[in-house]
Amino acid sequence: MTQRPVVLSVRGLSVRFRMPGGRVVAAVTDAHFDVAAGECLALIGESGCGKSVLASALLGLLPANAQTAGEARLGDLDLLTADERTLARTVRGRRIGLVPQSPAAHLTPVRTVRAQLAETVAALTGVRGRDALDTATRAAAARAAFPEDHLDRHPHELSGGLAQRAATALALVGDASLLVADEPTTGLDRDLVDRTVEELRRHVDAPDGTGAPGRALLMITHDLEAAERIADRIAVMYAGRIVELTDADTFFGSPGPRHPYSRGLLQALPDRAFTPIPGMPPELGALPDGCAFAARCAWATDACGAVPELTAAAACATAPVTTGGGLPTAAEALRTGAAPPPAAAVACHHPHMPEDIRA
Amino acid sequence: MLELRAITAGYDRRTPVVRDVSLTVEPGEAVGLLGPSGCGKSTLARVAALLHRPDSGTLLLDGAPVRHWRHRAPREVRTAFGVVFQQPRLSADPRLRLDDLIAEPLRATGRREEAPDRVAELAATVGLTPDLLGRRPHEVSDGQLQRACLARALVLRPRLLVCDEMTSMLDASTAAALVAVVEDYRRSTGAGLLAVGHDRTLLRRWCDRTVHWDDIARAGGPNPRV
Ligand code: SF4
Repeated sequence: MTQRPVVLSVRGLSVRFRMPGGRVVAAVTDAHFDVAAGECLALIGESGCGKSVLASALLGLLPANAQTAGEARLGDLDLLTADERTLARTVRGRRIGLVPQSPAAHLTPVRTVRAQLAETVAALTGVRGRDALDTATRAAAARAAFPEDHLDRHPHELSGGLAQRAATALALVGDASLLVADEPTTGLDRDLVDRTVEELRRHVDAPDGTGAPGRALLMITHDLEAAERIADRIAVMYAGRIVELTDADTFFGSPGPRHPYSRGLLQALPDRAFTPIPGMPPELGALPDGCAFAARCAWATDACGAVPELTAAAACATAPVTTGGGLPTAAEALRTGAAPPPAAAVACHHPHMPEDIRA
Repeated sequence: MLELRAITAGYDRRTPVVRDVSLTVEPGEAVGLLGPSGCGKSTLARVAALLHRPDSGTLLLDGAPVRHWRHRAPREVRTAFGVVFQQPRLSADPRLRLDDLIAEPLRATGRREEAPDRVAELAATVGLTPDLLGRRPHEVSDGQLQRACLARALVLRPRLLVCDEMTSMLDASTAAALVAVVEDYRRSTGAGLLAVGHDRTLLRRWCDRTVHWDDIARAGGPNPRV
């Protein structure tokens, strides 16, 4: 996995919203991660933890009161500093395909799937001429397993699963090397979740015909089951920070995650203990000093009054890779950006230790 | 006890989405209704909660047939039910602060003076802090808004709860927390529950008994869509 070319490289990404009355909302703080070709990274966390803001930052879709720091490199382009014209003309749809949260809302209600797909094909590929465009449109639908005999339907005439496939077909037209899927399974029943996830995985694994080793997929989700089915790696977000980064097999299997929040999330699943984590996450506009999880954490000690840094998760390694609290300066972000983030890392003063290591 | 007998319902009489479906929730029982999306289970949930009038069939509440639905149902029948839906943003009035949202059923039934105590009590039960109660829906997360919607469903102390995909938009911890609130309430009041959803693992863990839509819907009903 690590030898695969990195498609997206995020270093020290922070997003702040300036609110009326001078309030500042720290939606994302100092995020570091890579996503490689042929790899799916699932960013998990509860609603309001900042994960959708992170996705919007990558796509250049933040509202005007947002401020960003750090960098997010897609090849030689920094998505955070690119201007809107570049993003609109060369990035969204072409270099990043977005699989939206509610496909029915994303599709234009008054136009057929065929018309929308054809327009996107014409805009993003060199295909010209009626017959060629028609062929390319049908091919685009087929790639996302959208049935040809439904192409002349309007979005409201589609089931949730078919609307999702139509939206996926649109996202794939530009042959983007990075796919960003924002809660692609929300509201779908289990069979559809499985099918959507399988299809997304197929697009991650399938070379696009150019010999590239597959696409990179960043999937934002609160659905742990969907994440388990699709992801190679898991990033857990809590109160705007990535608190754990690990292999999906380690996370869902044994020894399991190391951060108390990650462990609590898993224990809340109905096929595990089905017990909630007590309390609620803090407001992003009023984060406590120190570890933001402390008020809910059974392992909290005085040490947790300081923000824990994301550190490599190897048993004895403690190399910090972050700059700690506050909005890091660009220089700091660049400095920390020199080192790639470790494959497995946890931000906790007392991370869970597998028994054999502790003994 | 809630009995649905041979219910047929939908939005167009020629193509009902629920055909001849029968289902019983015994006193204090938790029944899970499992089925794919688009199968008609949400329509049945709306019939069961008196929010949608069926085309035919009988609904019995504690043995007495219900003859009126929606606002025409007698108050003592209507207030026997508490309902929570999948999408809190669609079911919550965006203009209301969370405390008014929770108190809304009390106001509607002329019990306004109970509101302050009852809202404070329920806010603690569902885990909403006082500062959140003064906010409007767009100022809180989906999870926080769903907590308020559950508090609203409990405010009149219903004998029956109908939860339609209550947790499917929520993260695992918030989902487990809301289910725990429902179960605490049922333990202390003996209320019955109809939980509708698509998550087999969840409903089996949550409910006393889980029935599959295919087993209660008559063959020849609408096919689940792709
Ligand atoms: S840093 Fe401390 S409070 Fe935070 S998760 Fe770790 S043990 Fe808990």
